[in-house]
Amino acid sequence: MEPFKFIRAQDNNNAIAAAAVADAKFIAGGTNIIDLMKLNIEKPHQVVDINALKLDKIETLSNGTIRIGALVKNSDLAYHPNISKNYPVLSEALLSGASAQLRNMASVGGNLLQRTRCPYFYDTSYPCNKREPGSGCSAINGYNRNNAVLGTSDKCIATHPSDMCVAMAALGAIIHVQGAKGMRSIPFADFHLLPGKTPSIETTLKHGELITAVDIPVMSFAVKSHYLKVRDRASYEFALASAAVVLDVQGGRIQHARVALGGVGTKPWRSTVAEKVLTGALNNEQTYRTAAEAALSAAKPYTHNAFKIELAKRTLVRALTTVGGMS
Amino acid sequence: MDDLQNQDEKSSGRGSTRREFLTQITVAGAGLSFAPLIVNTETKVPGSQLSVIQPVNVTMVVNGTKQTLTVDSRVTLLDALRDKLMMPGTKKGCDHGQCGACTVLVNGRRINSCLTFAAMCEGDEITTIEGLAHGDGLHPMQAAFVKHDAFQCGYCTPGQICSAVGLVKEGHAKTDTEIRELMSGNICRCGAYQNILEAIKEVQAVKLI
Amino acid sequence: MNELVGKPVDRVDGRLKVTGTANYSAEYYPKNVAYGVIVESTIAKGRIKNIDITTAGKAPGVINIMTYKNSMNLHFPQSSDPGGGKYAEKDLLPLQNDRIFYGGQAIAVVIAETFEQAEQAAMLVTADYEKDKPVFDLEKNVEKAYKPVAGLGGSQIQMTRGNTEAALQNASVKLEETYTTPVYHHNAMEPHATTAEWNGDQLMIYDATQSVMGSKNLMAAMLGVEPEKVRLVALFIGGGFGSKGFSWPNTVLTAMAAKLVNRPVKLVLKRQQMFTNAGRRTQTIQKISLGTDNTGKLNAIKHATTSESSFVDEFVEPAGVATAMLYSCANADINHSLVRLNKGTPCPTRAPGEAPGTYAIEAAMDELAYKLNMDPIQLRLVNYNEKDEQKNQQFSSKNLKECYQRGADAIGWAQRNPKPGSIREGNYLVGYGMATATYPANRSASTAKAVLFPDGHAEILCGTQDIGTGTYTIMTQVAADALGLPIEKVKVKLGDSSYPKGANSGGSQVSASVGPAIRAAALGAKSKLVKMAIADAGSPLHGQKEETIIADNGQLHLINQPDKGETYSAILNRHGLDKIEVLATTNVSTRQQQEANPAAKTGAEAQAAQESKSNPAVQEDEHTDRKPYSFHSFGAQFVKLRVDAQLGTVHIDKIVSVMDVGKVMNLKTAKNQIMGGAIFGIGMALMEETAYDPNDGRVVTRDLAQYLVPVHADMPEFDIQFIDKPDTIISPIGARGIGEIGITGITAAIVNAIYHATGKRVRNLPVTPDKLL
Ligand SMILES: Cc1cc2nc3c(=O)[nH]c(=O)nc-3n(C[C@H](O)[C@H](O)[C@H](O)COP(=O)(O)OP(=O)(O)OC[C@H]3O[C@@H](n4cnc5c(N)ncnc54)[C@H](O)[C@@H]3O)c2cc1C
Ligand code: SF4
Ligand code: FES
Ligand code: FES
Repeated sequence: MEPFKFIRAQDNNNAIAAAAVADAKFIAGGTNIIDLMKLNIEKPHQVVDINALKLDKIETLSNGTIRIGALVKNSDLAYHPNISKNYPVLSEALLSGASAQLRNMASVGGNLLQRTRCPYFYDTSYPCNKREPGSGCSAINGYNRNNAVLGTSDKCIATHPSDMCVAMAALGAIIHVQGAKGMRSIPFADFHLLPGKTPSIETTLKHGELITAVDIPVMSFAVKSHYLKVRDRASYEFALASAAVVLDVQGGRIQHARVALGGVGTKPWRSTVAEKVLTGALNNEQTYRTAAEAALSAAKPYTHNAFKIELAKRTLVRALTTVGGMS
Repeated sequence: MDDLQNQDEKSSGRGSTRREFLTQITVAGAGLSFAPLIVNTETKVPGSQLSVIQPVNVTMVVNGTKQTLTVDSRVTLLDALRDKLMMPGTKKGCDHGQCGACTVLVNGRRINSCLTFAAMCEGDEITTIEGLAHGDGLHPMQAAFVKHDAFQCGYCTPGQICSAVGLVKEGHAKTDTEIRELMSGNICRCGAYQNILEAIKEVQAVKLI
Repeated sequence: MNELVGKPVDRVDGRLKVTGTANYSAEYYPKNVAYGVIVESTIAKGRIKNIDITTAGKAPGVINIMTYKNSMNLHFPQSSDPGGGKYAEKDLLPLQNDRIFYGGQAIAVVIAETFEQAEQAAMLVTADYEKDKPVFDLEKNVEKAYKPVAGLGGSQIQMTRGNTEAALQNASVKLEETYTTPVYHHNAMEPHATTAEWNGDQLMIYDATQSVMGSKNLMAAMLGVEPEKVRLVALFIGGGFGSKGFSWPNTVLTAMAAKLVNRPVKLVLKRQQMFTNAGRRTQTIQKISLGTDNTGKLNAIKHATTSESSFVDEFVEPAGVATAMLYSCANADINHSLVRLNKGTPCPTRAPGEAPGTYAIEAAMDELAYKLNMDPIQLRLVNYNEKDEQKNQQFSSKNLKECYQRGADAIGWAQRNPKPGSIREGNYLVGYGMATATYPANRSASTAKAVLFPDGHAEILCGTQDIGTGTYTIMTQVAADALGLPIEKVKVKLGDSSYPKGANSGGSQVSASVGPAIRAAALGAKSKLVKMAIADAGSPLHGQKEETIIADNGQLHLINQPDKGETYSAILNRHGLDKIEVLATTNVSTRQQQEANPAAKTGAEAQAAQESKSNPAVQEDEHTDRKPYSFHSFGAQFVKLRVDAQLGTVHIDKIVSVMDVGKVMNLKTAKNQIMGGAIFGIGMALMEETAYDPNDGRVVTRDLAQYLVPVHADMPEFDIQFIDKPDTIISPIGARGIGEIGITGITAAIVNAIYHATGKRVRNLPVTPDKLL
């Protein structure tokens, strides 16, 4: 790890000012950035500790929106009664991620920005476009069992690893950020970027911008929602495939649907095509399977991960069945 | 078996010295012995006086004792405990949040000390395996681990115990399945999982903590 | 008298382990200690053209950087005897030249004031290589395979009897299938760690090892110092599973680094380095051919294993060895082939050979049973043997039928619908599977010392070690029984090369090897005491016969007159003795190829040999005729599991293991060992696999987030049972060792249950969800 200056920020402005220098980074829970710093993948020379900032509240705004401070711990968010009762998909996604200890550390802001677990990204002795733009992608022709099948490019096929983000994508969250030039809000779908030609640029967050909060807009039918994660072992592992599903079924017909996939996409994968199939359709296996086919229709397999396409479909069908039942 | 215990408590970093242990058995030529340990960490942290570019001051309460350290900003809480405070009870299994051996309680919550900079712990209360028991007795979780043989090599054990204490406090695990899920951040390669479960259930059932 | 052996007593080191006061090898703090970090090669084959340490050398805190250019010269060690220590890379001493034979090979050690500084500087060391094309894919290089002459320690690995080819041709029912297992890594929770300090030409070294004696001898040999000048200590070892059985470069590098900087050095492998520089279980390709008559009676067994070794040493995963003796069959062909690859050297991993081997043969037996339309247990009973047909020897003790029976009852075998894919519960398919477990019972020479003190406590000293299996505890039980002392009065000291030579922790041999030596030493000490009392006019036992006196709770007294006697303390005090010491060596080896050790000429071992001549316990033990016997433990593994019909995920509901391991010394630690083995087997069967880059042959899945081992949530319910019949032939203790048998058979039982659940036969481990879609 490279030496760095450690700064304890006292408030938002303070933090933003400290993070303005070129190679500065915020640190919240530390669970991703310290991991990467130890491996020389992140090399900030100034680390700004934001844990003293007052961003650790979960509030319900007058319009019903839930505002989650960026420093709220993943565990606190998952167990918050409003979330576990009204947005089980989010609670379940959070609880399926990492371990109890890590969830006690990980913040909502940090989770949004966690980086891929592509093994080549993690090993500085291999070329990797995301880590070192232009050096090449070792995964495309390498060992890529855990890489993505959706949203890939010829520069990078890294999976976005977050579970929380998949649920937030389905819920249409809004991310609030504050920078030297003031505040702005970013719809979830616009936050993460596809790798395209520049896999090292992962989000639309600008350098030095601080995430302050995430809003979960009112979605009354989200009471019926579910996150299903499939992996090689029962816990403490990233997803091979996962599905976040919100369904509003009335009288055997799906009125509203929200679908997002994890473990298969280069970003948290909201599937509007699947939602389109579902909306207005009967809640039966046929519908679910058609939606799953649609969701994965653009999928591209690589040497070791072709199975993810079928697995993701089945995961989605199962999640839809669990939430929407069968008529 | 008090003697084995005493012998090793002597060698473990608190209290007396390695020398006593090593001279128990004379070796050819003798005189091979590691120096007495520095226990007063407020004096000098080994190594830190030398060419640390970015030192940070941090004050934390470790097992009830206030500790003020000046550390290289890169030092994790885990390495501060093991190498600076010479409290090796907290283990390093992976150094990347992937095994749970380094689990300690920070302000009562279980976390991985390998993914926390010591500098982030300003004002925090840290409880490690060395600080769980009060006085001579064992903490109920420690006693239950012994009773149920909830370990083999013992390397994951401090982390398992701190994690189990955290789990009981959190109060989210009622069934065996829930305990198993919420203890999954602590790997035991020896495979003492079943016995760990029994130990936790016993402590939880009688509301010992 | 209250026997302790066999009781489920709590671990004597339990308190230390639960309070964090048990110290492992990185947890010593010599004054002025420096930190070492190994820099690894980033190519798998070639030569270092140039290694640039300028930037790294200038990094803050760096004391020195050791490369092949400035490191001390090492000597090739002689011994390849696993008991005497085995260096993992026979033909490659670390940092002696510029050649690279595998990815991750050590190319430098950075030594700095702090860990953080050493780590940073290690990242700054760069090397230019002359790259060569590495060979790393076993499957693509099978044509390069050769037949090694022997396995570890000269063990037999190529075995035939009868005419297998002809028998296969004539078989009414035939099965021929290939089973593969991937590379597995041990991943003990404690990474390999060493703290080394020189004092002149003397070396004090704390090392995470399964063999304090072996590791000490190797260090002396490699560093070119007298063995007496080296002392190696490992009081607690955070698991080994074989990876700490051989000595790896890290240990000697730490000693070299300490010499170079003239300061104590601590060097701990990073978890990532545990995947390249600390051994592994090799990939295996196992071709099994079975032939039977119409009743299922085997008349041909062929087990051909291809595995891999490195270019710097030869290690054979002896997967077929168990097959040679497992069933009654006139014709057998067991052979092993090896391909050299540009990877680090593999090494024993929990039940080397038997773990992957019983997977293949026991999965094949299951397939054969279905082919014959027979119950899998019935097929095994039809082919049951009472003797080892390969060696033509009786088993010292075998109660496998009872294991099958009890296991079947406990899992509900008879009640299941045997048809594959027939049991459905919601989204799940339920399956039952079984397999035979087996592991050889090993024993080797060991020496121990018993010391009685005037305050009434005793110490036992033996240079073996407890890697978590419970050796401290079991040996305390053995010694306390033999000495007639309560458990609190006995202190067993292990893990120090300055103690008399004990066995290494490998091959499940510690209990069977060290136990008898400790027992003999303890009995010797007690007998010395008794003789002193008899000869002493001041003793109430003066003039009594030895046979009429018993020892109990720290007292000697007449058998039928308990009030006539005195305490040990009284006897020692009256004689003005500060202690009574007895050494004993039990020079017994069950390894055929290995004759009993030649007697040592000097030191504690020589004295022990002398004293042992008049020790009846040793004499009786050594004179037991073991030639006619083959020593093996057996067991039956039963599994009930669920497979998600659509998602392919497997959850094991229940494991029943019924084990015939001779005398169970301590039910608590024994159950724990068997469960631990089974859990290792769950990992093998369902999730563990080390992946290599298909282009450059280096390990890709190098951490515990990518190399998956079972976690709490993967756990089934366990029912562990023991036959608990002492094996009186292997030793007077009657125990056959227990560390490894638990992993054998379990993997096959799991895949067999998956087949029963789904009708899908997966022959390449691990059975991850993708293979069941
Ligand atoms: C072993 C392991 C297993 C895991 N398994 C899973 C899993 O199964 N599923 C899953 O979803 N995740 C998993 N994770 C990832 C974990 O969820 C993330 O590491 C965590 O959410 C990151 O949050 P943090 O607060 O610790 O972030 P940090 O590490 O503190 O920061 C991460 C990044 O975000 C930036 N940052 C943090 N806060 C802000 C802010 N407010 N404004 C701007 N920038 C900010 C930092 O500068 C840094 O670049 C796992 C992690 C580990 C180590
Ligand atoms: S997939 Fe992306 S992260 Fe992985 S090696 Fe290629 S460029 Fe790097
Ligand atoms: S050492 Fe911290 S989780 Fe492994
Ligand atoms: S007791 Fe050895 S890893 Fe858990």
